[in-house]
Amino acid sequence: VIAEGRAVVIPGDDVDTDVMYPGRYLNVDDPEEMKRYLFEGYDPALREQLGEDAIVVTGRNFGIGSSREHVVQALAAWGVRAVLGQSFARIFRRNCVNLGLAAVEAPEAAAAARPGSHIRIDTETGEIDVDGRRFTGPSMPPLVGELQAAGGLVPWTAERASR
Amino acid sequence: VLAHTAGSDVRPGDVVMLRCDVVMANDVSGPVAFRALERMGVDRVFDPDRVVMVADHFTPAKDARSAELQRRLKEWSEAHGVTYYGQGRGGIEHTLLCEEGWIVPGEVIAGGDSHTCTYGALGAFGSGLGSTDIAACLALGEFWQQVPATIRVEFSGAKQQYVTGKDLILAVLAEIGVGGGTNAVLEFVGEGAEALSVDERLAVANMAVEAGAETGLFPADDTTAAYLAGRTERPWRRERSDPDAEFARELEIDLSSLPPLVARPHLPGNVVPVADAAGTRVDQVYIGNCANGTMTDLRQAAELLRGRRVHAECRAIVVPATQSIYREAGREGLLDLFVEAGAMVSTPTCGACFGGHMGVLGPGERAVTTTNRNFRGRMGSGEAEVFLANAYVAAAAAVAGEIVEPGAVAA
Repeated sequence: VIAEGRAVVIPGDDVDTDVMYPGRYLNVDDPEEMKRYLFEGYDPALREQLGEDAIVVTGRNFGIGSSREHVVQALAAWGVRAVLGQSFARIFRRNCVNLGLAAVEAPEAAAAARPGSHIRIDTETGEIDVDGRRFTGPSMPPLVGELQAAGGLVPWTAERASR
Repeated sequence: VLAHTAGSDVRPGDVVMLRCDVVMANDVSGPVAFRALERMGVDRVFDPDRVVMVADHFTPAKDARSAELQRRLKEWSEAHGVTYYGQGRGGIEHTLLCEEGWIVPGEVIAGGDSHTCTYGALGAFGSGLGSTDIAACLALGEFWQQVPATIRVEFSGAKQQYVTGKDLILAVLAEIGVGGGTNAVLEFVGEGAEALSVDERLAVANMAVEAGAETGLFPADDTTAAYLAGRTERPWRRERSDPDAEFARELEIDLSSLPPLVARPHLPGNVVPVADAAGTRVDQVYIGNCANGTMTDLRQAAELLRGRRVHAECRAIVVPATQSIYREAGREGLLDLFVEAGAMVSTPTCGACFGGHMGVLGPGERAVTTTNRNFRGRMGSGEAEVFLANAYVAAAAAVAGEIVEPGAVAA
């Protein structure tokens, strides 16, 4: 899978899912509506920068705390195709993989990106290009690669359930 | 636990499919999972006897939309023949599932809530998952899992007065931080771990996720066996890690010198001794959550509130974790004691712990809580502050209207 686009940088380390999607909006279950509350407790202006050409760039240990999938559902609903981070919290990374969003942990590449940087990620080879600088991301475990190739856990499960 | 369930030889870093013994979701994660399940084209669950739904987050409904989610949870549960704990019929999921005998050592629980790690208190691998993961678990009875490394935490010595399980896990967070447990399981051992009641083990395991860990496990011992007796007919065995197991990291925490602690805003890893935060003015005290609304917590709070009043400039909310705890606290006279002291007693709910309802904070307000997260805005306003502490420290703060060592109030 190749993801290419413009960097939207979420500043800071240990950014939690509560500030990204406050608890009071957890009574929403429609991804189109979740879009409106994304980053509400952190910096609502970040929403304005999202779109189908956006690659979200994060610091260390991004997405800690609650398992609320609303954060990643909202990112996907905004059209975001990939998240490039210095590192991710466990459940956030799972949720990205499950929803077909490439979640690539590459500390140097993520640190090199600036708001608006042009980023190209080849999830199969692990090659990452940030404004013309080349970086190598981690290789994906086979099962995660399979999920990625299938487009996430929904189509992957649908296929297995129909056997 | 993992090798036993996956049925193959696995090493840290491998990604495998793990069979679930129990799948759980709530009124927030459930309805989102049901949508994903529909998109998967699946209309039945892998095994209704292994699926539990709990109405606890927006219970009782905070508004019409929450009521709608509650209704969908109930209708879906009935249509699929799974166990459903409705409003007023259960309580907060993690305390409830332990109490009701769903959790036994060595089993794997997939939960649509990050604090599913709480089940490690009973030696079970509780894995907190998002809603799409839960949908796949409902469909196929398994989830993908990167095999974690193990961090061994040894609690040595005996804990001091007014120190509880909450302080033990805060001490771990002080040591390894909010990312130190990533890709690892915390394993709690030593005389200090063995001496803990199940209630206090819940408090410890509950915050393993705050260190970024997959889960936090206690060995299954006599204390576990005594707790499970009469609660469950699920078969289980005593299990400990292999004597030749390798640990990614080992740490020792000496309880004999551990004072009561607080986590300052806005990270659970910002931990200092209570003494270092003493004198901090407090607007609200909240005693409750999925691991700290137990009888043990309520008795600890009652010890300091008995015969005293909540400070005039402070308010206090007490949330028994389950209906059964609520009744037991009533029989012991604790609910009356709390109300007499000027505290509010709430029905079991996740409530204000996640900023949902039933006691959220306004701008500039400060709270001392027995909950597990103090992120910015977690309990309401982004300009509020939350200090995490044990039930003694929380109750003492309610009486004094400021953070204070429990001994100073009791004296």
